[in-house]
Amino acid sequence: MSQDTTVDSPESSDGASLMSFDTELTLGLPGESRSPARAPAFAQGHKKNCTKRGFMETVIDLNLGTSHISMPRGQNSESRVSGTGKYPAAKAQVIGWPPVRSFRKKTLEGSSKLVKVAVDGAPYLRKVDLQIYSSYQDLFRALEEMFTCFTTRGDYNMEERKLTGALNGREYVPTYEDKDDDWMLLGDVPWKMFVESCKRIRLMKSSEAVGLAPRTPTNC
Amino acid sequence: MEEERHRKDQNTSEVDSVKQAITKVLALLTSHKDHNSASLVCKDWYEAERLSRTHVFIGNCYAVSPEILTRRFPNILSVTLKGKPRFSDFNLVPQDWGADIHPWLVAFADRYPSLEELRLKRMSVSDESLEFLAVSFPNFKVLSLSSCDGFSTDGLAAIATNCKNLTELDIQENGIEDISGSWLSCFPESFTSLEVLNFANVNSEVDFDALEKLVSRCKSLKDLKVNKSISLEQLQKLLVLAPQLVDLGTGSFSQELTDDQRAELESAFNKCKNIHKLSGLWQATALYFPALSPVCANLTFLNLSYATLGSSELVKLLMHCPLLKRLWVLDTVEDKGLEAVGSSCPLLEELRVFPADPFDEEITYGVTEAGFLAVSHGCPRLQYVLYFCQAMTNAAVATIVRNCPNFTCFRLCIMNPGQPDYVTNEPMDEAFGAVVKTCTNLQRLSLSGFLTDLTFEYIGQYAKNLELLSVAFAGSSDWGMQCVLRGCPKLRKFEIRDCPFGDAALLSGLDKYESMRSLWMSACNVTMDGCKLLASKKPRLNVEVIKEAESDDNQADKVYVYRTVAGPRKDAPPSVITL
Repeated sequence: MSQDTTVDSPESSDGASLMSFDTELTLGLPGESRSPARAPAFAQGHKKNCTKRGFMETVIDLNLGTSHISMPRGQNSESRVSGTGKYPAAKAQVIGWPPVRSFRKKTLEGSSKLVKVAVDGAPYLRKVDLQIYSSYQDLFRALEEMFTCFTTRGDYNMEERKLTGALNGREYVPTYEDKDDDWMLLGDVPWKMFVESCKRIRLMKSSEAVGLAPRTPTNC
Repeated sequence: MEEERHRKDQNTSEVDSVKQAITKVLALLTSHKDHNSASLVCKDWYEAERLSRTHVFIGNCYAVSPEILTRRFPNILSVTLKGKPRFSDFNLVPQDWGADIHPWLVAFADRYPSLEELRLKRMSVSDESLEFLAVSFPNFKVLSLSSCDGFSTDGLAAIATNCKNLTELDIQENGIEDISGSWLSCFPESFTSLEVLNFANVNSEVDFDALEKLVSRCKSLKDLKVNKSISLEQLQKLLVLAPQLVDLGTGSFSQELTDDQRAELESAFNKCKNIHKLSGLWQATALYFPALSPVCANLTFLNLSYATLGSSELVKLLMHCPLLKRLWVLDTVEDKGLEAVGSSCPLLEELRVFPADPFDEEITYGVTEAGFLAVSHGCPRLQYVLYFCQAMTNAAVATIVRNCPNFTCFRLCIMNPGQPDYVTNEPMDEAFGAVVKTCTNLQRLSLSGFLTDLTFEYIGQYAKNLELLSVAFAGSSDWGMQCVLRGCPKLRKFEIRDCPFGDAALLSGLDKYESMRSLWMSACNVTMDGCKLLASKKPRLNVEVIKEAESDDNQADKVYVYRTVAGPRKDAPPSVITL
């Protein structure tokens, strides 16, 4: 059984050199500090605070040596994940595991359009089903709820096709990877066309968004 | 002499009438376990029982043969039959392994021509078998197929065409070849007896006109689960025709409706005063949840496992479902969604959280221990849980079972094999230790995460009511498996994959396996020699090895051990070796 523990992180697709920075993953989410009750539980054990960090510093550190590999037959405990108390970032591909019946996979495949959402600064990918939303506004509202570090101070103004969300004093630009592997700005194409061609979403720090589109979002 | 003979005659007729009385009383027993117990009392009771039994449950189709069954029980009307080992659901059993229903049907056609009900799980069922069934049993009423494979929609057409007295057609989660939806149109116009129709997992589009007419004329229909080809607009029409429904599976729950259509939908739901169970809801968005609100207040079962809802959508829905007892969701609802479960559903007894995209290499954030904790705080009556997550902590599980000590079924699936407690980096031993120590009624347990033999020591020591144990990627040595075999008196099914248990462990259960239904071990350290030894010492067990293509001669890749009165299988494919 082969194992593939590399994560196809969104950053890699835009050509940025990721691995040149030997940094560690922080479990804290960027932005204002929140009460422990609000932060995801697994962030609490970590000593680092939520601080502003540059884009490069938030690369997910896969640290392949500690990721789990597929279990050879009858291996005992020593060869398992030694780990450093991290939430797993990638997993092994094993036959019949996890124990989910194939009819479930087939059923969902036909009827949903799940895409991954990465937010610069948040350590974990999320998933949304684009088909359950009917507009960019709907989607953006859902993303806001999901990533609690969002505070939209801006309006999403469809007529002007300009995105002015401002989050945590920084600007995030919602981008997506389309069928042709290009990174585009959310909102450029009609909603339905977007749903059809979107492969994944990345909320990118605006400083990184240079070259993606002629307009750069401004504060409102 | 005369007097003696007269006394003897009196005795015989008394004995006869006692026998008749026993038979009548035993016929009133409903549980097959009670029937089994009654048959063991004495020879007379055995005789009386075998004549009175009308329903038989066979948990392993190879434990008995059609001949033995039909000889013992002549008056059977209803059969429940299970075939393949459960791990066949996860592709660990070869396609051609067996569990063919056909020889059973042939025997039943001969000995039980009045057969009314057949419920099959993990059996191989061909279209020919379904056609044979459809024409062999004129009183046939109930067909339920769950996790079966080998048939197509053509077989369903045969059932619909010929079974004039059908009350239940329940096609769940099968490996079905979906040729066309025309099978539904095969129910004749004169056919009105249907009470249960579940074709939620038979995907091809059916003729809506035929479905509408069918629903309209089957006035006793109380359970209807349609597939995702049925739109909201069509659903509304069906609900108007069947306001008596108790169990509803909707079709696709997203469509652009006009305001009028939306109002009509809500009005249709409003007239359905009896709906307690709701499923389907493909592509559901929060947009049409208000239409469901008349129904939500009465819901006891809600299956959202096909709806990729986020947390805010779930919150909106659950606010209206205070009576919920059983809830199935996808992990797209995240911890926030589960918090809403904890706060909105205090009567909850069962929770299943399925992963939306389990086979993706990249890990996406689904639910964590926080969600499970939130549910346990708000739902102290929880008895059944199935929870898929990426990682867990010992502390969380300990708190969860303190909050909910009544678990009878605890299935925790940490999806990363061998994943330790992600905060302390320790094995998950203490988590499952807490489960078995606290939940004294535990009957079913599924383990996951990084586990040493200590987990199994705990199980052997505390899990005295455990009947089904499922283990994967766990344990340190033979000792672990030995602890369980020695310590769990009620163990019936033991399924193991990818664990370091070898021959010593296998053979330590020598005296145990006949009291169990079955043992499955795959990708462990068991050898052919060990299996042969077991087989030689226990002739009433079938010891079967499934060999894989590239394994060593002495490696027993997959072992399946089960008790049987029918002797070794005669229908095993080449990959299955009976020792």
